[in-house]
Amino acid sequence: MDIVWYLVLSALIFSIGAVGVLTRRSPLVVLICLELMLNAGNLALVAFARMTGTADGQIFALIVMIVAAAEVVVGLGLIVAMYRNRVPMDVDELSELRG
Amino acid sequence: MEAAAFWFAAPLAVAGALGIVLQRNPFYSVLALVVHLIALAVLFLLLRAEFLAAAQVIVYAGAVMVLYVFVVAYVGGLEDPLTEPSPALRALAVVFCVALLAELSVAIAGSGLKALDTHGPELEAGFGSPAQIGELFLTRFLIAFELVSLLLLIAAVSAVVLARREHEQPAASPQADSRVADRTG
Repeated sequence: MDIVWYLVLSALIFSIGAVGVLTRRSPLVVLICLELMLNAGNLALVAFARMTGTADGQIFALIVMIVAAAEVVVGLGLIVAMYRNRVPMDVDELSELRG
Repeated sequence: MEAAAFWFAAPLAVAGALGIVLQRNPFYSVLALVVHLIALAVLFLLLRAEFLAAAQVIVYAGAVMVLYVFVVAYVGGLEDPLTEPSPALRALAVVFCVALLAELSVAIAGSGLKALDTHGPELEAGFGSPAQIGELFLTRFLIAFELVSLLLLIAAVSAVVLARREHEQPAASPQADSRVADRTG
């Protein structure tokens, strides 16, 4: 397969993820859609690594995966804390998360 | 063969992505994400990133998804949008993302990279293997490797701090901060 197909697929997945981040209201689903966008970036990085024939892009993708894992841990911790404090699970209501 | 695998995995990945966005129930969104991640792992294999594909399945589809499923089960599948966002805003978001896709496509087509329309160069046998990735991590990308391990430590500690059960109302910041520092450090 030509490399360009992978890049087009990556752009498509990134856009779908952006739709999710902009339209969904549950913070959990927004986190999942962020994950989707990060994965689209990963796919582009790996495709470019294949294109240049060096593994540097794969290292970048691996580090993006680790950053995404850290983001998920903190995000889910926040969601659990919000649930405990009975904050409504709606991103519009979360515009002021103070104390 | 490679084309067949691509045209199998790529629609699956897009379908998983659409499933995440369109499902009302967050639980189904998480399951769609698993499908999406496994399809992406197949694509990584096609791009000769063996180690990355394995890490994707184990770390994402394994560990991170279990975390998501636990949190969805804990918080409950309360999707019901409390207030339906105005259709105009939703349409605006979709228009924005279609524009984003068009812009990205134009950027790809206009990049002028000659190698985009090829399969990429011929690669030696060990490309993308754990040995090569490990060697790069411990030589050229050593600083990034160390920083990432620090980041993981910070994330683990912060998850414990965030999800801790509070018995008293959290005090104003200075005492709370020192208390947290005492417990974790």
